[in-house]
Amino acid sequence: MKHDNDEKSNVASLGLWIYLMTDLVLFASLFATFIVLRQNTAGGPGGAEIFNMPYVLIETFALLFSSLMCGLALVTARFKRRTAMLTYLLLTILFGAIFLGMELAEFALMASEGHSWSESAFLSGYFTLVGTHGLHIAVGLLWASILFVRLLRRPLERNGLRKLGLFAIFWHFLEIVWIFIFSIVYLVGGTL
Amino acid sequence: MDLSWLFGRMSLEYLPHEPATLAAAIGMPLLALGAVGAITYFKKWRWLWKEWICSLDAKKIGIMYLFVALLMLLRGLADAAMLRAQTAVSVGDASGPFDVDTFQQVFTAHGTIMIFFVAMGAMFGLINVALPLMIGARDVAFPWLNSVSFWLFVVGMMLSNVSLIFGGFSNAGWLGYPPLSGLEYNPGPGIDYWIWSLQIAGIGSLISGINFFVTILKKRAPGMTLMKMPIFAWSVLVTTVLIMLAFPILTATLAMLSLDRTMDMHFFTSDGGGNPMMYVNLIWAWGHPEVYILVLPAFGIYSEIVATFARKALFGYKTMVAALVAIMFFSFVVWQHHFFTMGAGANVNAFFGIMTMVIAIPTGVKIFNWLFTMYRGRIKMTASMVWFMCFVFTFTLGGVTGVILAVPALDFQVHNSLFLVAHFHNVIIGGVVFGYIAALTYWWPKMFGFRLHEGLGKVSAYFWQVGFLLAFMPLYALGFMGAVRRLDHYTDPEWVPFFIVAGIGVVVIGMGAVALVLQIIYSIWKRKTLVDTTGDPWDGRTLEWSVPSPAPEYNFKTIPVVTHRDEWWHHKQSKTTQAEPALEDIHLPKPTSIGVIVAVGAGLAAFGIIWHMWWLAGLGTVIAIVSIIWRTMNDDTEFTITAAELRHETGAKS
Amino acid sequence: MTMKRFLLASIIPLTLTGLVAIGWWLLNGVDMDVLNPSGDIALQQRRILFITLVLAAIVVIPVFAMLIGFAWRYRHTNKKARYDANWTDNKWLEIVWWGIPIAIIGFLAVLTWQTSHSLDPYRAIESDKETVEIQVVALQWKWLFIYPEEGIVTVNHIVVPEKTPLHFTLTADAPMSAFWVPSLGSQIYAMNGMTSQLNLIADHTGVFDGYNTNINGKGYSSMQFTVESKTNRNYESWIKRTKSSAGFNQDTYASLAKPSTEGVKTAYRLTDASIFDTIVGKYMHGMQENKEEMNVEAPMENHDMKSHDMHSMEGH
Repeated sequence: MKHDNDEKSNVASLGLWIYLMTDLVLFASLFATFIVLRQNTAGGPGGAEIFNMPYVLIETFALLFSSLMCGLALVTARFKRRTAMLTYLLLTILFGAIFLGMELAEFALMASEGHSWSESAFLSGYFTLVGTHGLHIAVGLLWASILFVRLLRRPLERNGLRKLGLFAIFWHFLEIVWIFIFSIVYLVGGTL
Repeated sequence: MDLSWLFGRMSLEYLPHEPATLAAAIGMPLLALGAVGAITYFKKWRWLWKEWICSLDAKKIGIMYLFVALLMLLRGLADAAMLRAQTAVSVGDASGPFDVDTFQQVFTAHGTIMIFFVAMGAMFGLINVALPLMIGARDVAFPWLNSVSFWLFVVGMMLSNVSLIFGGFSNAGWLGYPPLSGLEYNPGPGIDYWIWSLQIAGIGSLISGINFFVTILKKRAPGMTLMKMPIFAWSVLVTTVLIMLAFPILTATLAMLSLDRTMDMHFFTSDGGGNPMMYVNLIWAWGHPEVYILVLPAFGIYSEIVATFARKALFGYKTMVAALVAIMFFSFVVWQHHFFTMGAGANVNAFFGIMTMVIAIPTGVKIFNWLFTMYRGRIKMTASMVWFMCFVFTFTLGGVTGVILAVPALDFQVHNSLFLVAHFHNVIIGGVVFGYIAALTYWWPKMFGFRLHEGLGKVSAYFWQVGFLLAFMPLYALGFMGAVRRLDHYTDPEWVPFFIVAGIGVVVIGMGAVALVLQIIYSIWKRKTLVDTTGDPWDGRTLEWSVPSPAPEYNFKTIPVVTHRDEWWHHKQSKTTQAEPALEDIHLPKPTSIGVIVAVGAGLAAFGIIWHMWWLAGLGTVIAIVSIIWRTMNDDTEFTITAAELRHETGAKS
Repeated sequence: MTMKRFLLASIIPLTLTGLVAIGWWLLNGVDMDVLNPSGDIALQQRRILFITLVLAAIVVIPVFAMLIGFAWRYRHTNKKARYDANWTDNKWLEIVWWGIPIAIIGFLAVLTWQTSHSLDPYRAIESDKETVEIQVVALQWKWLFIYPEEGIVTVNHIVVPEKTPLHFTLTADAPMSAFWVPSLGSQIYAMNGMTSQLNLIADHTGVFDGYNTNINGKGYSSMQFTVESKTNRNYESWIKRTKSSAGFNQDTYASLAKPSTEGVKTAYRLTDASIFDTIVGKYMHGMQENKEEMNVEAPMENHDMKSHDMHSMEGH
């Protein structure tokens, strides 16, 4: 049975990694489109006009911090420190939610100023790329919350560690994609 | 109380009023009702639900894929017949039997259905049926995802067909270029039906790609190194890489087109800074790998069939693997050849043209390897071999016209003409269709325990081959005469005889399809005389022939240990009698309804988006998500077949 | 040989004969624009076609011969043929069937490179005659032709002087369309908010059919047009006659641009010379101005500076 579970864990892990590679291609398509269309502002604002860089920096730190918490959750899980793990997992969710909340607020502000996705190709690309990432974050938060509830209810065993590990890979992947978004959309896109 | 939100943008105007569409809109539900009635009459609901709909057995899922693909083949051929009926008469002052609206929906549906629901469906069906057995596995890596993939495929198929009854389908061709497919020129639900049909089926395909990739890497029998794998498994491995890299592009692109249409975005619009050329690039970045996704498994199948029926090992296994991998890489750097005429400039056109021609090299090498597998073999000309012969003839012709199209300067003269249409039908029918029918014949005994009737199979091949020539060779000529694709009406009377012959060709192909269906029906009727008693009706070479026919649910009583390529052939030749290894308990996935429920949720969500019924879109999404979460929370997903039960089974072969 | 055997064996030869007969009946006396061209571009393209077919035959004929030959010789009932169940490698064969295709493709690659440049639609045709400039607008569902220098406008009908280079600048006020005159040569896409270019020449007088190859809506099949090539003198007199037609301004354009399948070959006198630029500019406010590197024709690929007119954004 142990051999079976190890094998299952192996297979599930490979499956997740491969899925993330396909997700990367999805994001790459959105990135490519954004880059091609980034100057098509149809007389509306470009990145420099609407991006609030300090705000985005704080947002980024929230996500990075959340990733750090996730890493610590995994480490403490390995050392069987259940309470610590649960705390770190909760912090992961909390800071992830802060990131998402800040992003939604940013969108809402832009919309209230009259800059929505239907204004130009640039804004369509921006909202879709960043929004897709946000959607993934939301799915991740849902995943982490359910995971949290499960881990709360049961003693920490191998299966739980495995599931936590899978979530962590997903979460770190999203962090990496955000680094790209931050660099390409906000840094590069915000200076033109 | 304003209830208009309940019905979104539904209205009675979307009911069909044109005779052909009306007939289909009435006929299809009647057929479905008939099927429902028959199942009720024979009291088969419980059986259908438990044994098939909820099944996580790849072999059953594969059979269901094949059934749907065959059904959709008939639909696609009916569409083709309608198109040719129109072009045979619609010249000068005469008009064809269908109005332009219907005609445009029919050719869009024809292409969409043939690619997504016939070819992809048959492909996944065959892989499900044969691959796990071939590599000595019990099932795929993710059996539940396999079920989800299948039901997403079915839901996508249903969306395409439901559009006939209510709303109409897209009229913008199987790839739906904007701005024609955008809100400005096409505000109705047709394009949205097309988008979501493909989106849902596409996600199913992507999941299957991941599934089979992991299966091949992780579930091979002990001792089966990659270079000892059957070449079909290699072709599937390479195909799954293509699927995993290409389908996310389709997902992203369709999503962006949908966002343009539902949320007024400007990715591909004429105004607001949109760029329709971006769509063309993205969709073909998916579209070109897609055609290799379709044909590479067929190449794998031909390799297995030729080796088996020539009773000889495949010539140049290593080269064949290398050729598959080379084709895989190159298929990602040729997409621009689909729009040489969009004005990219000489250097870009030349690069992509040359890359396109380069693919012809490994493809040609494969043909030589097959021919020299026949050389010094002992060939039995079974129906499967006949399909192979037709393939070499037909596909080679198609390859020649492909090389012509690959030269940008030549493409400028034939792009989007009927010459192009003839070319891609040439390679798809010769390569994909013939290959999958050959595979169906080849693996049928393993699926059902009896062979298909040989004679009727050869009759079917004959009609398909002759029908293909009649239906498409005139199109090459028409292309040179200036006839462009997708025309519902033309003025030059010189074209008429060509269109008539092409129409006759479709009828002959139809006869081939009828022969195929008759072959199946007749074989079922005469199954006792066609029974496969040994599990190895062809004296095969690979592991699937080492188990009884039909294969038991668990595939192998004990997972075999592999020491050679063509392990089963080697085992029979060496005539060693190995001691029966001790039997162990087998764990298999329990059947579950969650797969079909997730797909239904997705389908409802899509229907909601299409008709702007946002409540339904939300509801469907929630159903899908909750079902997935439910499944992940379920730890009791397997059942056990004990060693004792295995020992008691009769007719045992390990 | 039994009757049944004979009948079965004769199916394939009979079918082949029948198919060849049908082919002969169809092709006899038929004039194909691509194979019987009237323009130098199309003539060069036909030459390449024949070269490609001959090269392909080098591979195809042996393949068909081997297919039939091996299937016959190594049929399992022929016990005389050598049977070698594990004969799977031969270095020399591999060298031959990798080498010959590589050589053929290598030759074609060079040909492709050369002709991609020499037959680039954007490439001007060398001649001592002055080029005729025609602006093309694809509409739903008709073609508008503007002669900016001669000051006339036609619908679905182009008149040109023979043996004179023609330079088309194309745009659309309709979904993606494509302009194709097979007798003369290459086609090119015509798209909203941007321009593309095409250079053709008619080698002699005549009337040639033109088509739209990219579906752009319900009236797509009505987008046929004609190109009439006249002698220089007749061309000049046609210009003069057409100049006395009704005036063409923004209002005329607006009514023509409405979706309809107008097949009538009308002609007008051009009164507003900027009308082409206005049509292109209709969709252009999406892009920032003065972006010189804005790759209008092909956003994904590098630009070949020599063969593209960088001022194509402003129309011609």
